[in-house]
Amino acid sequence: MTETKLQSKIPSGPLSEKWTRHKAEIKVVSPANKRKLDIIVVGTGLGGASAAASLGELGYNVKVFCISDSPRRAHSIAAQGGINAAKNYQNDNDSVYRLFYDTIKGGDFRAREANVYRLAEVSNAIIDKCVALGVPFAREYGGLLANRSFGGAQVSRTFYARGQTGQQLLLGAYSALNRQIAAGTVKSYNRREMLDLVIIDGKARGIIVRNLETGEIERYGAHAVVLATGGYGNTYFLSTNAMNSNASAIMQCYHKGAFFANPCFVQIHPTCIPVHGKQQSKLTLMSESLRNDGKIWVPKKLEDVEKLRKKQIKPSQIPEEDRDYYLERRYPAFGNLVPRDVASRAAKERCDAGYGVNETGLAVFLDFAEPIKRLGKKVIADRYGNLFQMYEKITDVNPYEEPMQIYPAIHYTMGGLWVDYNLMTTIPGLYAIGEANFSDHGGNRLGASALMQGLADGYYILPVTIGDYLSHEIQTPKIDVNHPAFKESEDRVRERVKKIFKIQGKQPVDVLHKKLGNIMWEYCGMARNEQGLKKAIGLIDELKKEFWTDVLVPGVNEDFNQELEKALRLADYLEVGRLIALDALTRNESCGGHFREEMQTEEGEAKRDDENYMYVSAWEYRENKEPELHKEPLNYETIKVSTRNYKT
Amino acid sequence: MTSLLFSSIGKKLIISLSGLFLLIFLALHLLLNLTALIGPDHYENVCSFMDTNPLVKVMVPVLALGFIIHILFASYFEFKNWAARPRAMSYAVPTTTKGVSWASKNMFVLGVIVIGFLLMHFCHFWAKMQLQGFLGREEANAYELVVNLFSKWYYCVIYIVWICAIYFHVLHGFWSAFQSIGLSNANWLPRLQLFAKIYAAVIFIGYVSIPVCFLLGWHK
Amino acid sequence: MKFTLKVWRQKNAKAKGRFETYKIDGISPDTSFLEMLDILNNNLIVEGKEPVAFDHDCREGICGMCSLYINGRAHGPDDEITTCQLHMRKFKDGDTITIEPWRSAAFPVVKDLVVNRNAFDQILQAGGFISVGGVVPDANTIPIPKKDADESMDAASCIGCGACVATCKNGSAMLFVAARVSSLAKLPQGRAEAARRAQAMVAKMDELGFGACSNTQACEAECPKGVTIAHIARLNREFLFAKLEN
Repeated sequence: MTETKLQSKIPSGPLSEKWTRHKAEIKVVSPANKRKLDIIVVGTGLGGASAAASLGELGYNVKVFCISDSPRRAHSIAAQGGINAAKNYQNDNDSVYRLFYDTIKGGDFRAREANVYRLAEVSNAIIDKCVALGVPFAREYGGLLANRSFGGAQVSRTFYARGQTGQQLLLGAYSALNRQIAAGTVKSYNRREMLDLVIIDGKARGIIVRNLETGEIERYGAHAVVLATGGYGNTYFLSTNAMNSNASAIMQCYHKGAFFANPCFVQIHPTCIPVHGKQQSKLTLMSESLRNDGKIWVPKKLEDVEKLRKKQIKPSQIPEEDRDYYLERRYPAFGNLVPRDVASRAAKERCDAGYGVNETGLAVFLDFAEPIKRLGKKVIADRYGNLFQMYEKITDVNPYEEPMQIYPAIHYTMGGLWVDYNLMTTIPGLYAIGEANFSDHGGNRLGASALMQGLADGYYILPVTIGDYLSHEIQTPKIDVNHPAFKESEDRVRERVKKIFKIQGKQPVDVLHKKLGNIMWEYCGMARNEQGLKKAIGLIDELKKEFWTDVLVPGVNEDFNQELEKALRLADYLEVGRLIALDALTRNESCGGHFREEMQTEEGEAKRDDENYMYVSAWEYRENKEPELHKEPLNYETIKVSTRNYKT
Repeated sequence: MTSLLFSSIGKKLIISLSGLFLLIFLALHLLLNLTALIGPDHYENVCSFMDTNPLVKVMVPVLALGFIIHILFASYFEFKNWAARPRAMSYAVPTTTKGVSWASKNMFVLGVIVIGFLLMHFCHFWAKMQLQGFLGREEANAYELVVNLFSKWYYCVIYIVWICAIYFHVLHGFWSAFQSIGLSNANWLPRLQLFAKIYAAVIFIGYVSIPVCFLLGWHK
Repeated sequence: MKFTLKVWRQKNAKAKGRFETYKIDGISPDTSFLEMLDILNNNLIVEGKEPVAFDHDCREGICGMCSLYINGRAHGPDDEITTCQLHMRKFKDGDTITIEPWRSAAFPVVKDLVVNRNAFDQILQAGGFISVGGVVPDANTIPIPKKDADESMDAASCIGCGACVATCKNGSAMLFVAARVSSLAKLPQGRAEAARRAQAMVAKMDELGFGACSNTQACEAECPKGVTIAHIARLNREFLFAKLEN
């Protein structure tokens, strides 16, 4: 196993000075030269929109691509709870160091120290920027910004805009993007899906996209390509991701030589609306912020569980002493605000023990009776009104009167393309930002940190670091899309599309995708073991064959063809799914979102193995061979690695 | 200025201002009409005052201009809106949205009805009174005209239908004008809508009371 | 549950559309409307027919991608809801459901139930932003009264779905434009450009073929996020004052 290909390029010096020093040392591009340089940004979520806007503002020529009809639809919009920053506005002893430490500890010490510190460092500027852009954050009566608490933190540092923080931050970034589009520095291409990365002389030089309205295959060239295409959670079919969120762009780059890091680190969010039946297409998240006031419990007595399932009693009728507030019981220090991975596993443990409160036995209660009594209905409605409304619309249960039912679901993927400190992948000129990269969250992401990372990468980090690379490209003329490399890529894309249409089997894409989802959830879900993972790999291989011989895609390429879109994406999910299982198999420790049943304490807590697994796994694609595992060791220079403890 | 007048909001400003002006006229006209209920002498006095007062003389063309502007801009406005939602693009299932008042959807039709009857009104009264005065001929006796027309039940029915159209037009137009000028917010909108109801009701009851009284012989 | 679906089918923007009738059975009342369409599509695919194209993405009522005019109402028969949040329990077993695309001159049909809402992007590009860049002051430098921030947030809840345009008899985008103008006008940061913004966005809206507002209040009745016409009043005010200043 080699490590030579993984140059993390972490600057030297004390942790708190690394970013400042790095910024001072790297090169910048003059305004006159910026105008000559083209950059492609794929994706318009928080990362993509903020990056494209910032790069446009700096004077680069930016082309930004999104699969929806408008950049504003990107799935960052669905983030509910908030965004972290170390402002210490509450004077509760918060600091950049504390935010950094909470984040790296929340990630179970599987992230890079320098990256996480930088994230905490720029977090404050993000809040300033968003306010300046007109994001209507919640405020106190005195007119200053309000904060709330989130899982994994003992301070109040989360800024929010009701339960629609992601929406408001995205609208802010989207408005900055619109300003650049109006100014002519950014050109926006909507309803375009990236289908391949074009590499010329070892450097990323362009992309091939499919126009989703007309089916045309188009070529675009640039001096650098930035991927901001989000995570791969939809591999599991049922997830809180949007239906169109997909892993195809990162997989195309993986196949072209970008390493895929930590694929097995997948976040399972504890508070989602439980699955209702076989016809379900996706799961809905209930914001983690609900755990600020909501109390999680299951009945203590199995006979109460029986009665609940038969609908003989209502949950509110179960007396206080017969309720098991299991998070408060197991983790007194953090209580209902333990990190997501811990809360999810605890819910699974109770449900596995037979205490699940709905017909399927896969749900626990999230109860607001006590806070409503203490604070009044109005205060609760003010904080969570839209979430309560959303819950009622979906389940037909009024959460002001009866507790919500929740169960963990796939929500976020910490893994992604491997990037160095400059956010560049192993392919020169190809950058990955936001959820598409692996860099900041380690084994588990804390709540309200995804928004922070997306905007940090897009507003403050990438626009600086990309200059270092582009400063060497000022002599490179405009990229010619008639170069043979473009033709070769386009031909390959056309070939793949043709191949899919040729199959004309019996199973629609969704049917096959559900099968993959079942395999993933069963064997690569909240608890994993060697036997199961091996089985999963075998099953995925079989399913892959099934896909390539029996998928049924109607219509033609030259049309608005949503089934073709889905089929192309599923082909990639099959590859990611296998990679997740493979990575999970080789990581024989329990860490963050990755729980290996073989590695647990007697109390059922995760057992991490720092001696053997304190590394980032980075997978290199090899044609017709198993991918090769590269390891980037994690060196902690400043902090002392400890066992996560949320009990005391 | 032209960019204001030809913008969608500018057109509404004009329609609103002229509409509000016509609302005032409507109230004044009602006051004069009501004197007919008190007796012929009062009514005749008022009529001759209106014929001779110089301010009224000045205001007549202004009023006419108000009508014309209101009608022209509203027609142009409606025409542009039809273009934004052509007939070919109407829904197969008619809209079933709740909380949309019938009047608000039919302002143009109501306006056309009002104009139609207005023309008739002109023939019956204005042409025989003010116009004659203007031409230097002898005017018809106003009170006699009123008694004559309102003694015919079918004329009263037509008149009441007309006032109904005005009622609905005012019911929406009153608060809508304030909203379009921007003189409304979450607190004032329900108040304005309440005022609109009161104003429209007063106008309706006032105007309708005259033919009803004459028909039933309650006038003096 | 069992339903008869009358679905608008249209090959592309230029083609003439028509209704097709489909029967669907075995739908659970807990199924969402879009999941019901997923099932219909899978049935159609297996039968060798072309599935119905419709826009959707987040399926939790926030991205604004889903549309659909269902039985005469934008986003179907419920209040403050998007189509993806609509569940089949809102219908009666055996109902006939008519599904149409948004219809407005400014939203041409792309295919079947999918329309092009690019005009919304263009309106926002005309001025729906605050022109700041580089380094900005600390977030707490300007206190903003909670009431103003809340009102700004009310307007900012707009998801840009286009239900207001679809339901307006004039095909007017006033509620959409008002939401953005009002949200930024209520914040001190947004005041600097308020006059320019209101004029530029309204001019763009007019140019793109949207109708004008006649205060029917249909838009606010169908807005999935409860944006009210009070914001339209503010837009009118902002616009008229800006024009008067000129």
